[in-house]
Amino acid sequence: MADTVADPRLTNARHAPRRPLRLGWSDPRVRNLFWQVVIIGLVVAVLWFLIHNTNRNLAARHIATGFGFLFQPASIPIGETPIAYTASVSTYGRAILIGILNTLKVSVIGIVLATILGTAVGIGRLSPNWLLARITAVYVEFVRDIPLLLQLFFWYGLLQALPAPRQAFHPLTGVFLSNRGIKLPALNWVGAHDLVLLAFVVGLLCTWAWSRFADRRQAATGQRPRTWPVAVLLLIVLPVGVWAALGAPFHLDLPALRGFNFQGGLTVTPEYAALLIGLVVYTATYIAEIVRSGILAVPQGQWEAGGALGLSRGVVLRRIVLPQALRVIIPPLASQYLNLIKNSSLAVAIGFQDIVSIANTTLTQTGQAIEGIAIIMAVYLCFSLSISAFMNWYNARIALRTR
Amino acid sequence: MQAVLWARANLFRSWWSTAVTLVLIYLIVRGAWSFIDWAFINAVWSVPQGPNGPNTAVCHAAQGIGACWAVVKEKYRFILFAFYPYAEQWRPATCIVLLILLYIVSARRQFWRKELALLWIMTLVVIGILMWGGAFGLTYVPQYQWGGLPLTLILATIGLAAAFPLSILVALGRRSTGLPAVRLLCVVYVELIRGVPLISLLFMATTMFPLFMPNGADIDKVLSAQVAIILFAAAYLAEVVRAGLQSLPRGQNEAADALGLSYWRKTGLIILPQALRLVIPPLVNTFIGFFKDTSLVLIVGIFDLLKAGTTAVADPPWQGFGNEIYVLLAVIYFAFCYAMSRYSRGLERDLDRARRR
Repeated sequence: MADTVADPRLTNARHAPRRPLRLGWSDPRVRNLFWQVVIIGLVVAVLWFLIHNTNRNLAARHIATGFGFLFQPASIPIGETPIAYTASVSTYGRAILIGILNTLKVSVIGIVLATILGTAVGIGRLSPNWLLARITAVYVEFVRDIPLLLQLFFWYGLLQALPAPRQAFHPLTGVFLSNRGIKLPALNWVGAHDLVLLAFVVGLLCTWAWSRFADRRQAATGQRPRTWPVAVLLLIVLPVGVWAALGAPFHLDLPALRGFNFQGGLTVTPEYAALLIGLVVYTATYIAEIVRSGILAVPQGQWEAGGALGLSRGVVLRRIVLPQALRVIIPPLASQYLNLIKNSSLAVAIGFQDIVSIANTTLTQTGQAIEGIAIIMAVYLCFSLSISAFMNWYNARIALRTR
Repeated sequence: MQAVLWARANLFRSWWSTAVTLVLIYLIVRGAWSFIDWAFINAVWSVPQGPNGPNTAVCHAAQGIGACWAVVKEKYRFILFAFYPYAEQWRPATCIVLLILLYIVSARRQFWRKELALLWIMTLVVIGILMWGGAFGLTYVPQYQWGGLPLTLILATIGLAAAFPLSILVALGRRSTGLPAVRLLCVVYVELIRGVPLISLLFMATTMFPLFMPNGADIDKVLSAQVAIILFAAAYLAEVVRAGLQSLPRGQNEAADALGLSYWRKTGLIILPQALRLVIPPLVNTFIGFFKDTSLVLIVGIFDLLKAGTTAVADPPWQGFGNEIYVLLAVIYFAFCYAMSRYSRGLERDLDRARRR
């Protein structure tokens, strides 16, 4: 009924009558068209001037154009290679792919850790414990007001000041802290572990399905079937059972000191560790503020109502306040994630080879600045668009459904 | 009695809270003690001058146990002014003072009027004369010798002064309804710049601006970095300004139209004064971020404050005393950023109070 107009005479009265185009300065449409033509014309002229100059300069310096260099062998030594790479044999394309993977490696782990730390600190700032609230406030204030680059230098210097491998700190079996990086034990991955992982994923899916079922059951009958025994069964007992059934293969590759350096095990390079620590510590302060303001945006009455139901503070926070706070938190959080990804480009200052660092080396070696910058921009635009797409989807999912 | 009650309510409310308090007290006392130990008790405050420069053996002996503040004493002139000729360093020092005075004056609300723009232009001209010289009997100092704190402040100040008007134009362009082509242009500009890291813009500025110039004219590195910073800041500020424009009630626009004001009079007299007032706190926060971001210019080889600091400890006798220098730099950056953030918060409170009244 809402879309039928009560009085049919009103339908035509809604819009002002369209005026015929008057070809004169007094018509705003003509003025708008004129100004647009002028501004766009100016921009095009400037662009044309720049492109013309660039083409002339490129020709004068005998610099090639186009992306042909991607298929030529690259003489960039790369320290951390998630995929196989040999300097002077592998192509520039492969080097740039490694750069992208390195950026992803630091960004994804950084986002996860910064979210955890930031949420903890943000909740800590609202703690009734005065000391905890003060300490977290001081941490946020202090770390926010110092440039990230300076912090990265500090962490990198700290990690490099660790003793040489022979005198490495050895806090746990198989863990060594030295100026060559952090050494961790690695699991020798065999075929059976794939099946265990598969069992875990299946268990995860089943747990999720069970909790959906429990939700529906609770909505229908008011009784919620227990979830945690099922979760334990599916997430722990099932993979462990599969693992035991396959003969429990387990062999740790422990790092050991041979000569002047370590052999075996997993290595976290000082560059990667410094970048990760710096990004997490810095971004967590911003996330903490977002979480704090999100929680404060939930009316006090929600806390009190939860308390009146006899729920503990932790349960009220987890079940009542945080789900509502998420609606305020998500949009600024998305932009902090993007900032973290963009800030990971500071890697170039401490020698971790991310996409910006490798693309920059490429452009100095080939001289093809425009293509190099274009690659960087394209990669970051892809990151930005995918993060915003994901966060928009998530935001739409948790948004308040009003009727 | 009061204190005991307070402590019971705020520190030892439950066994969980008590545990947190005790762990934190332990960590604080330990951390503070080892810092005091390092920074004061075991610190080396000065070193003897040997025949070939300072003799840093004492410092090296104390490394890891105590701080070597002698490096700060020895290098502070270099960190603050980098390669600016030693005898002329009173000029950049005056610039620092002038800039700080300019910030203080701009922060006071009774000075927020048109003359302030004039003051900014005058101060920047005076700073230009002081830094470059070549007039009034001052010797000429080329740009590549500038560095340290004055350079950081100049990059940030000029960046702001130029980016702010640009950002207002871009925000207005993005909001304009009658000019779809201009709106598209502004959207593309803002989203493109905000989508990429500042470093890539700085690289672009230093590698591509020379290609843009006719006949491959050499363009100064500091100038290219300054242009990159302006373009970068304008995109971010434009989004803040746009938020202010958006939060203004439509009625203001319509009322101005009803009075028959032209677009520029409407914008300048009605819309902008209100919209900008709404977004002053986020603007100041953007300024803080942007002041910290000027430190990235060191990656393209410009001697800003941070670069001067890292170069100072690359000097062989002083190698390995990075932490002392980082403490000094952190204090300087912190002082500026903290002052701004305190100011922003105070302003927010005042404006909030004014709105509620």
